Amino acid sequence: MSRRITARRTLIVTLAAWTVGFLIFFPILWTVLISFKSEGDAIKAPFAMLMSDWTFASYEQVQTRSNYSRHFMNSVVISLGSTLVALAIAIPAAWAMAFVPGKRTKDVLMWMLSTKMMPAVGVLIPLYLLFRDLGLLDTRTGLVIVLTLINLPIVIWMLYTYFKEIPGEILEAARMDGATLRSEILYILTPMAVPGIASTLLLNVILAWNEAFWTLQLTTSRAAPLTQFIASYSSPEGLFYAKLSAASTMAIAPILILGWFSQKQLVRGLTFGAVK
Amino acid sequence: MGKITLRNVQKRFGEAVVIPSLDLDIEDGEFVVFVGPSGCGKSTLLRLIAGLEDVSDGQILIDGRNATEMPPAKRGLAMVFQSYALYPHMTVRKNIAFPLKMAKMDRAEIDRRVDNAARVLNLTNYLDRRPGQLSGGQRQRVAIGRAIVREPAAFLFDEPLSNLDAALRVNMRLEITELHQSLKTTMIYVTHDQVEAMTMADKIVVLNAGRIEQVGSPLTLYRSPANLFVAGFIGSPKMNLIAGPEAASRGATTIGIRPEHLDISRDGGEWPGEVGVSEHLGSDTFLHVHVKGMPTLTVRAGGEFGVHHGDRVWLTPQPDKIHRFGPDGRAI
Repeated sequence: MSRRITARRTLIVTLAAWTVGFLIFFPILWTVLISFKSEGDAIKAPFAMLMSDWTFASYEQVQTRSNYSRHFMNSVVISLGSTLVALAIAIPAAWAMAFVPGKRTKDVLMWMLSTKMMPAVGVLIPLYLLFRDLGLLDTRTGLVIVLTLINLPIVIWMLYTYFKEIPGEILEAARMDGATLRSEILYILTPMAVPGIASTLLLNVILAWNEAFWTLQLTTSRAAPLTQFIASYSSPEGLFYAKLSAASTMAIAPILILGWFSQKQLVRGLTFGAVK
Repeated sequence: MGKITLRNVQKRFGEAVVIPSLDLDIEDGEFVVFVGPSGCGKSTLLRLIAGLEDVSDGQILIDGRNATEMPPAKRGLAMVFQSYALYPHMTVRKNIAFPLKMAKMDRAEIDRRVDNAARVLNLTNYLDRRPGQLSGGQRQRVAIGRAIVREPAAFLFDEPLSNLDAALRVNMRLEITELHQSLKTTMIYVTHDQVEAMTMADKIVVLNAGRIEQVGSPLTLYRSPANLFVAGFIGSPKMNLIAGPEAASRGATTIGIRPEHLDISRDGGEWPGEVGVSEHLGSDTFLHVHVKGMPTLTVRAGGEFGVHHGDRVWLTPQPDKIHRFGPDGRAI
């Protein structure tokens, strides 16, 4: 009796999980499907659209009309650059808050998170003017700075929670063994936190890759990443669903592949066996 | 060299005073055990010596040099933690070599010292394993190995055996004592287990609420405890402490008599009583005897002493083994 209930429950939970997963994945799937249709077929009713002929035409046109590789390189530089800078700032910051907490550490963490609650558009004009005066408009450096600042709270929070899991005694042992603060962070903390740092890195790369507010506002051509590349196909010229979809598919493919391959690494724990 | 001197050392955590003020001399090569109930400040004291906690006031001298403000790495001390605190991502060899690597020693010398330590500690076959693949006792030995390769001025042990099972604990106790005898380096050892304290120490420091109650060799503490706290803390089973007319008749507020210094007889003696619980350990029998006007007295009798619950017995304290304490709890 009880076994049958368990089996039925497993079935329901599995179906529910697949349904939710499919709902989340559906927009991406639909985009990919449309990208292989002609512009005429793309705006047909869903069923007719699916039944129409498949074509690579949109991809070919997108390739000839805009410079994918330049946008791609900009995206890579901006998302990786901002992530590495954020990590370089966040690792010592999270170390300090996790292992040498003060009375106000919790408040500092909350304050950092609160900056994420502010609508970005609120600082658009001051930031834009600042960037204009500093000559940072439409530069990779400028975007690296902005995206670092935007994602820093999340990076610090994630690292903080990972670092909290590492027993303080191990770091004390390193200190007793003669490690300076630098070697302690470099040889002990960072290797032990590799799974945490890796997942933080990946998440931040994805966030930075997909960031579409600041990248669209602060770039036009030279430093324009893939978000600009997509946006250039939803222009006042009219609706080009198929080309827009092809551009979107090309923009998200690299990050999708990266996520797929790094899944396993993210869940592997290294800290087992350190402390009984 | 490893002479450690504490001068008026104080430790406060905010408002809470953990160590009010403490003076202590630890001679070079001594095996000193800090013992006391949990929360007595013994681990804090060790961490102050290690430099892992800052001293609120007072001075710590290591070999005559003022080490109060020195970072842990500069003090030349090695510590073995209760949790072993091994580096989980490094092999045993790298764990042991880590302090030498930090000291920027050359490769050949590092290898020589690590191999040497591994041989002493029977770890040679495990050098390429990670801590996660070792048993508790092996991890403990790696932690000790990491400490000895540095050839420190002194070793600090923070309850190193409390995570091991009973049989292994006895073994490791002997190994550490033997290590001390061969290295002749100062060792400071924190424990709440008085058997460890009695068997390993040259000198025991009994701590209570951040204060030193008494310092002395194990047998000094056993023979002449300075006060009621030490009398009750050292010795197993605990010393019988009797207040009231019996103590007054001997000119004291409280008298103490150890279970092994009470003679028991079925025929007659000084204090008549009735046997309550009796614990037969084979080699010993511990009897809990109810005597009128006194707390339940613990008596150590011979292993095969056959008595039953409710039997009538007489107890006689050995007169030269009675400890007398005044109204302030100090020995008279």
